[in-house]
Amino acid sequence: MRHEVRFSGFGGQGIILSAVILGRAAVMYDDKFAVQTQVYGPEARGGASMSALIIDDEQILFPKVTHPDIYVIMSQEGFEKYGADAPAEAVMVLDSSLVHSRPKCRCYEIPATREAKQTLGRDIVANIVMLGALVKTTGIVNEAALEKAILDSVPKGTEALNTKAMKKGIELAEAAIKAAGQRA
Amino acid sequence: MTFEDWFRKDRLPHIFCAGCGNGTIINCTLAAVDQMDWKKEETVFVSGIGCSSRAPGYIMTDSLHTTHGRALAFATGVKMANRKLNVVVFTGDGDLAAIGGNHFIHACRRNIDMTVVCMNNQIYGMTGGQGSPTTPRGYLSTTTPYGSAEPAFDLCDLAIAAGANYVARWTSYHVKELEKAVLAGLQTPGLSFIEAMTQCPTNFGRRNKFRQVADQVEFLKKHSLLKVKRDRLLLENKEVPADMFVVGELVRRSRPAMGVSP
Amino acid sequence: MTRTEFWQGNTACAEGALAAGCNFFGGYPITPSTEVAEHMALRLPKKNGVFIQMEDELASMAAIIGASWTGARAMTATSGPGFSLMMENIGFAAMTETPCVIVNVQRGGPSTGQPTMGAQGDMMQCRFGSHGDYSVIALCPASVQEMFELTAKAFNLADRYRVPVFLMADEIVGHMREKITVPDSVERVARRELIRGTLPFAAGDDLVPGFATFGKGYGVHVTGLTHDERGYPCTTNVKIHHNLVKRLVDKVENARRDVADFDIINPDAGDVFIAYGAPVRTVQQVLHDNPGRKIGFLRIRTVWPFPDFALGQFKNARRFLVPEMNFGQIAREIERHVRVPVVSIPKLGGDLHLPGELMAALEARL
Repeated sequence: MRHEVRFSGFGGQGIILSAVILGRAAVMYDDKFAVQTQVYGPEARGGASMSALIIDDEQILFPKVTHPDIYVIMSQEGFEKYGADAPAEAVMVLDSSLVHSRPKCRCYEIPATREAKQTLGRDIVANIVMLGALVKTTGIVNEAALEKAILDSVPKGTEALNTKAMKKGIELAEAAIKAAGQRA
Repeated sequence: MTFEDWFRKDRLPHIFCAGCGNGTIINCTLAAVDQMDWKKEETVFVSGIGCSSRAPGYIMTDSLHTTHGRALAFATGVKMANRKLNVVVFTGDGDLAAIGGNHFIHACRRNIDMTVVCMNNQIYGMTGGQGSPTTPRGYLSTTTPYGSAEPAFDLCDLAIAAGANYVARWTSYHVKELEKAVLAGLQTPGLSFIEAMTQCPTNFGRRNKFRQVADQVEFLKKHSLLKVKRDRLLLENKEVPADMFVVGELVRRSRPAMGVSP
Repeated sequence: MTRTEFWQGNTACAEGALAAGCNFFGGYPITPSTEVAEHMALRLPKKNGVFIQMEDELASMAAIIGASWTGARAMTATSGPGFSLMMENIGFAAMTETPCVIVNVQRGGPSTGQPTMGAQGDMMQCRFGSHGDYSVIALCPASVQEMFELTAKAFNLADRYRVPVFLMADEIVGHMREKITVPDSVERVARRELIRGTLPFAAGDDLVPGFATFGKGYGVHVTGLTHDERGYPCTTNVKIHHNLVKRLVDKVENARRDVADFDIINPDAGDVFIAYGAPVRTVQQVLHDNPGRKIGFLRIRTVWPFPDFALGQFKNARRFLVPEMNFGQIAREIERHVRVPVVSIPKLGGDLHLPGELMAALEARL
């Protein structure tokens, strides 16, 4: 089954790395196919950043994301530019500590940046929190695959912190799933 | 061996005009190379485009006669890919200072272990006498029919500022000094730049009132100012004559160099 | 043995070069090819190779030619504006029959254009960009896997035919990350050395002379001037120039079938797509999504020399549909060889053709 994931936030949050890690998890550790692409602009920091990932059980032919069914949104500007038009049948995981808008589709509110800062002491791992939450809410790859791909990709010495961030994301997702269930 | 043993004899006669100074400079260079005990199979001559750049075609080693201005970039590839090779570049003022100016300063900056001999005849000889970046102000060429209005480049200053380890200037008159300078350049690790001012009777001399070949050689000799004399003038706060050029060894140093054979 | 990786196309290109034994890279940074240079800068010194960042693309091309004459497997990578600057010395490489590999990760042009967006606008420049007559080989990858495989292959073709070989990639395949199966080793075809006592620019039946590597005592003179079989300049002899340039062209054109690399799907179809590079992926999607419909597809990896003989295999073709990220550069080449309509489907701006756009072209009446 083909899934198209769109990641957006601001430059510096690790939006592109998130897509690369998820793609790596799918390809290297979950026996799936993946294609990752991104929007390149002249800015290295700030501005709305976007990265896209296709995950499929079969070989991926057309490599571009055209109809995302999964959104990971980590900034208000990113929401407005890349998340606001999410169709009703899509799923969105958003960082509720930075995004105040809400989409028409099913949405999981993850206070990733706040939790990264307050509980983990480093807001830089907010994107890893989001990845943990994404995998918990969608099951797009298995958790063990994600953990391995994270450990492959993060700087030496930060492995424990990043594993903790992923677990935090899973935990926050469980709460968000419950909350969504109560609303429905 | 002598310098004559380096010639590719089946290529003679050469294309240079009677009275051209390039042959003198090629002889001086080969005489210096001959003193290095280099093997022919480990020596490569590289050049760009112009009269001077035809020199490698007359030498019995591997040689690369390239595109206009790019000789130093090609030579960089040769030397960096095989440091055991001894690389000598022949170039001219148009080739090196105009179209090849950027490659020149970057080869000096990298200080790649090679020797560059520039035959500066202050004119584009092969294409019929157009002005070059070293044509002195006021002199005539086919593209400066009212006298050159531009200041001329000092190629040695350029090489020194860009970082070459060895820089010297002589003329086609100073054959012994020139040979010694090339030898010192060959012996110095890093980029060695030797500028040889030379006569072009066909395209420079003829337009600029040098009726005989010897007139222009005499002019070069008279306008050469030994570095020691120049330094003395500066020390005494005296004016250095504007129409003279400095000759001698201008720099010899041992900055870090690239491509030196291990 | 193989291993699986999740690599960017440009990384796969650099790794394909290294697998093929590339030991010299001269280049200048330019988007969207820079990752190739960066990866070579990281990897070559650890493999006793040489990475050098030159002052511009004129110098990059010059440096790899110089390195190639010492026997190195040499390469550069660039994009549009840099490719234009390389044209001068690409002509020199063609004239002096210097094996070398040039990667062009194409972006939108003309001029500075769209540095971060994909295009295929340099296909004709690649074929005809330097002055005078000559022929080259150009390969077009459509996946990260092919960025690896075709780069490695490019080195073998360059050495076999003594020509500049182009990897004409695009920003889409250069920048995307995708699953790739990396082999432990790749096939290497060695450059054929000159037989001692023979002339350095005299060729046998295959029209490719033996190579007189610098430093081995051949005393070869290499010049961009018209030269005789000894390598000596011979610039006013009509016959020598004619024969030399004819051989430079023929040695590649005669090898058309040997270097051809294409796939044929549904040869009896009436509507036939022809694609190379990134648009291949859209055509593949269209075929996948319409299994009941007989749609022909000629998918080309070796674009130059153009495999014209492959067109004849579509005996029932009513028309050829050619999606390209340019205004029909290869469509025009195809038109030279067929009598049925050739429909160019251009797409500029950096986005790949959508499957729906190709379906619309398919539905459109002749």
